[in-house]
Amino acid sequence: MRAEVAQHQSVALLPVQEVSGPAISDPTTEKQTETEEEVDLPWQVVVHNDPVNLMTYVTMVFQRVFGYPREKAERHMLEVHHKGRSILWSGVRERAELYVQQLHGYLLLATLERIG
Amino acid sequence: MAMEICRREHGLEISELDPFLAELLRQIPASACPESVPAAENRLFSQPIDPAEKNICSEWKLYVEPELRRLFQTATETVAEDLKQLSGDEKPFANRILFIPAKNADAWLNALNQARLVIAAKNDFSDGELGDNYRSPIGSRRDLSLFQVNFYGFLQEFILRELIDSRGEAPA
Repeated sequence: MRAEVAQHQSVALLPVQEVSGPAISDPTTEKQTETEEEVDLPWQVVVHNDPVNLMTYVTMVFQRVFGYPREKAERHMLEVHHKGRSILWSGVRERAELYVQQLHGYLLLATLERIG
Repeated sequence: MAMEICRREHGLEISELDPFLAELLRQIPASACPESVPAAENRLFSQPIDPAEKNICSEWKLYVEPELRRLFQTATETVAEDLKQLSGDEKPFANRILFIPAKNADAWLNALNQARLVIAAKNDFSDGELGDNYRSPIGSRRDLSLFQVNFYGFLQEFILRELIDSRGEAPA
């Protein structure tokens, strides 16, 4: 049973390399890989405020899921806390869905939104 | 109400347990169960997207939700296994020790979070109530539930601090 936890978490919680903005804004990438995923742009991952989740916990989750440094994770956490929501990531739908799934695994209120 | 939490080499040790707090700890797995209460169920398995996106919603329900259920259940089962240390009546509570192995810290964080969210959803606590960490005395079932949410939160904070201090944070 415990081995199952470790196995599951190692899959679900792998930090993914940080992406600083929508992938479409990178002209080099756009030219190099005109895949179906890029046509599917853009989506965003939004985390919503929840009075139950602890601030330290939310910060830790952002660090783990997005691989963000602590300061950036804290900024997003505070934005969620004060403004009610924060956009954590933008990009292709498939990856955004994976992020939302991971965030739900940590019991955060996260949604996938089309940009625009 | 008292207990002592100490950091050990491979985890956390909770000792000097008051019977009331021990009982709250033993209730973690049961408290994490939504018991068909829609508000609790909806909080644990929240919508991933605007319900108008019907295809994505139905795919999520079909493929992702069962995986989330398995993840949550595995976490509560791990915690229930650790809590067996508090079972039996051969020792008085004050002499019992609950050891939370570091390798189970993630399962504890998850199960405690499930329990807090389910209790909060079932009681429909307001933001004001949830922010009132020093409410006392416990005069009703609702007060007790709020205390439970805060107590589990306290434990979560301790486990988080342990993770941050011992592993430099963001361990997966």
